[in-house]
Amino acid sequence: MSILIQNGRVIDPSQQMDRATNLLIAEGRIAAYDAEPNGREEIIDAAGKIVAPGLIDMHVHLREPGREEDETIETGTAAALAGGFTSIACMPNTDPPIDSQGTVEFIRGQASRADNCNIFVVACVSKNREGKELAEIGRLVEAGAVAFTDDGSPIYDPELMRRAFEYCLMFDKPVLNHSEIRELTERGVMHEGLTSLLLGLPGMPPAAEDAMASRDIALAEATGGRFHLMHVSTGNSIDAVRRAKRRGVRVTTEVCPHHFTLTDECLRSFDSNFKMKPPLRGAGHVKGCIDGLVDGTIDAIVTDHAPHAKEKKMQELDRAPFGIVGLETALGLVVTRLIEPGYLDWSAVLAKMTCNPARILHIPKGTLQIGADADVTVIDPAVRWTVDPAEFRSKSTNTPFTGWELTGRAEVVIVGGRVKLSRQ
Amino acid sequence: MKGSDVMATEAVELGHVPQSWTRRHLLGLEELTAEEITLILDKAVVFKRLMAEGRKKLQLLAGKTCVTLFFEDSTRTRTSFMLAARRLGADTLDFSASTSSLSKGETLVDTAKNIEAMGVDVVVMRHRTPGTPQLLAQNLACSVVNAGDGPHEHPTQGLLDIMTIRERRGSLQGLTVALVGDIAHSRTARSNIWGLKKLGAHVIVCGPSTLVSPRWAEVGVEYSYSLDDILPRVDVLNLLRIQFERQFSRPFPSVREYAHLYAMNSERLARTKHDILILAPGPINRGVEVTPDVADGSHSAILEQVTNGVAVRMAVLWLLTGNRK
Repeated sequence: MSILIQNGRVIDPSQQMDRATNLLIAEGRIAAYDAEPNGREEIIDAAGKIVAPGLIDMHVHLREPGREEDETIETGTAAALAGGFTSIACMPNTDPPIDSQGTVEFIRGQASRADNCNIFVVACVSKNREGKELAEIGRLVEAGAVAFTDDGSPIYDPELMRRAFEYCLMFDKPVLNHSEIRELTERGVMHEGLTSLLLGLPGMPPAAEDAMASRDIALAEATGGRFHLMHVSTGNSIDAVRRAKRRGVRVTTEVCPHHFTLTDECLRSFDSNFKMKPPLRGAGHVKGCIDGLVDGTIDAIVTDHAPHAKEKKMQELDRAPFGIVGLETALGLVVTRLIEPGYLDWSAVLAKMTCNPARILHIPKGTLQIGADADVTVIDPAVRWTVDPAEFRSKSTNTPFTGWELTGRAEVVIVGGRVKLSRQ
Repeated sequence: MKGSDVMATEAVELGHVPQSWTRRHLLGLEELTAEEITLILDKAVVFKRLMAEGRKKLQLLAGKTCVTLFFEDSTRTRTSFMLAARRLGADTLDFSASTSSLSKGETLVDTAKNIEAMGVDVVVMRHRTPGTPQLLAQNLACSVVNAGDGPHEHPTQGLLDIMTIRERRGSLQGLTVALVGDIAHSRTARSNIWGLKKLGAHVIVCGPSTLVSPRWAEVGVEYSYSLDDILPRVDVLNLLRIQFERQFSRPFPSVREYAHLYAMNSERLARTKHDILILAPGPINRGVEVTPDVADGSHSAILEQVTNGVAVRMAVLWLLTGNRK
C-alpha cells in the first residue's frame, strides 16, 4: 500500500527543503516527490499543513520494566504518537536498569509488540547504574543501544566519566550526562532564587549544573569523547557548551519545553507538577535557553517525559518525585513559545526535533530523503487546542500545562509507511 | 449567669464575623491584606479581654470540631490552639502523626480526607514541608490553619508577635523591627516580614551571611550581618531560634561564635533605645540567642507573647468557622 501526502508544505531540514509538494510513500519508504495520484494510493490531504520528518524525542522515561504503574512501553509509545513523535530514545533508569543485553532485548521486544513508534535504547554507563564500574558497553552496543547514560542520576565519579568517554570512543557512541553536583542540590525541591527564599523551600543553585557541565566538557575535551549535556537549564552551562563548541569539543546539548516556558515562580502554587530536575529557573535562564536555541548552541528539543502516578505526585513537595510528562504537549509548546513569538522558524525547530537528534544518536532517522524509512509527521501549524490530561494516552497525567491553550499539533503520524495516528 | 446570657454578651462585644472576611483558610500572612490582619488583631484584643475577665468557656464554636494535625514536635503551638478551640466551645481532637496510618504508607491527603470525613470543621496543621497546608486546603472542604510549614510561614506566630508590638507601642507604623538569627530556616521570620510590612513597619533581617540572603532587599526588607550596627536604631528586636534541626550543613563554625556575634546580652541592651521591646518566639536557647537576664528583664515581652498567642488563635478560629454551617 502506498500513501500520497498531497499539497503539504514539506519541511525537511536534513535536505534544507521547504516547499509545497506531494510526497509519495511506498513499501515503507520515502519514494518520490512531486508525485501525482494514480488512484491506488491512500491519499492524505495536507493542504495548509506541514509535512515533516517524523519527530524524534531523544529523552524519554518509559518506566517499563519496573514501574508499570507510571507508564508502560505501550502507553508511552502511544503518547509519543499522539505528540507527533515517530522515534523516541528511552532512558535506562528502569528496574532493573538497562545495563544488560537481556533488558535491551526485552525493551525492543515490548516495543515491537506495542507496534506504535520506534524505540532506541539508551543504556547504562555503569553496572546497575551504580556509578562504580563500566557496564558491558560493547555487548550493549551489539544489542542495539545507541548511547550511554546513568540518567536519573549523574555520572559522578570523574574517573568513571573519563573512562566512559574513552571506552565509548571505540564504538563512536555519545555519553549523555545529567550533570549535577549532588552536594549542592541535596534536599532541594526547586531553583535557588528569590522564590525559594520567600517560600522557604530548599533550593538547587544553578552552579550545581554549571560546575558539573564544565567538568564533563573538560573531560570530553581531554579524551576526544562525545558528550551530550542533558536537559540544560542554566545560562552559564549553555554558554559553556557554546564556548566548547567553538573550541571544537565534541559536545551537544538539549533543552526541554518547560525550561524555555516556565519559571521558578510557578512554585508559588506549591503544585508538585512544577517540581522537576533540573528545576524551573528564573527568567534570565529562560532567556538563556531561548538564546541557545536561536544561535544553535542547543541542538535538540526533548521532553524528559517523566511519568509519575497521581498518588505519588500528589504528596508533600519534598516527597513528590521530580518530573513531568511531556510527549503530548511538546509540539504545541514549541509552536506557541518559540515559533509564534518569532524566535525560531519551522526549519530551525524541526531540525532540533528531527535531524539533529538523529545525528547525535547516529540513527538513520529524521529525514525525508528518497529511500529513507517513511516516518512522517503531518502537523497542523494553526490548530488551537486546550491541554486536557484526561485525553492523554500516557498512563500518567503529571503535567503543569493543564488548561493551557496551545497552537500546533500532529495531525497524522506515519511510522514505517503505516498510518499510526490520524486526527483527520 | 446562664449559657445563653454569656453568648448574648459575647455576641454584643464581638459582633458577627464581618462580611469583609471571606477566607476559609489561614495559610500565611503574605496573602492577607492589612485590613484582614488588623481585623484579626482587633478581635484578638476582645478575646484577650474576655479571658482576662475570667470568661474562659465561650460557646461561639459550640458543636464545631477542631483537629490538630502535627507532623513535627510542638508543645506550645499545639497546646495554644487546643486551648483556643476549647475556650471557644469547640470539640478538639489531637491527631498524632506517629501513631497514624501515615506510618502504614497512607498518603497525607488520604489521611486528611479520612479525618475530615469524621465531621471536622477545621484542621490545624504543622508540617516540615512548605506548601503542605496548601495541599490540604486544595483537597479538603473544611478550613485549614497553617501552624507552621517548614521554613515557610507560621501565620499565628507572626500575628501574636505583631499583636504584642501593637499592644506595647500602639501602632506598627514607622517602627523599625529587627528579626535576628536563623532567617533562612525561620517560618516566624517570613510571617513577621509580611505582616510587619503590611502594617507599615520597617523590617531588618539580621544574622550570619549564610542565613541572611541579600535578596531580601528585593522585597523591601533591609538586611544586615551586624547586630551591633543596627542596635541603636531598632525599636523592636525579635530573637529567632537557631533551627539546628533544619540545617542541612553547618552555617556557622560554632554556637560559641554565633553567641559572640548575635546573642542579646545586657552589654548590647545598654546600647539600644531606652524603650526597646524584646520578643522571642520560643522555645529559646538561653545563652545562644539571648542571655537569661535579658530574656527575663523588663524589656522582654516573651511571656506576654504566649498569652496573646491564645487570643490570636481564638480570633483566627472564630473568623474562619464562626459563620460556617
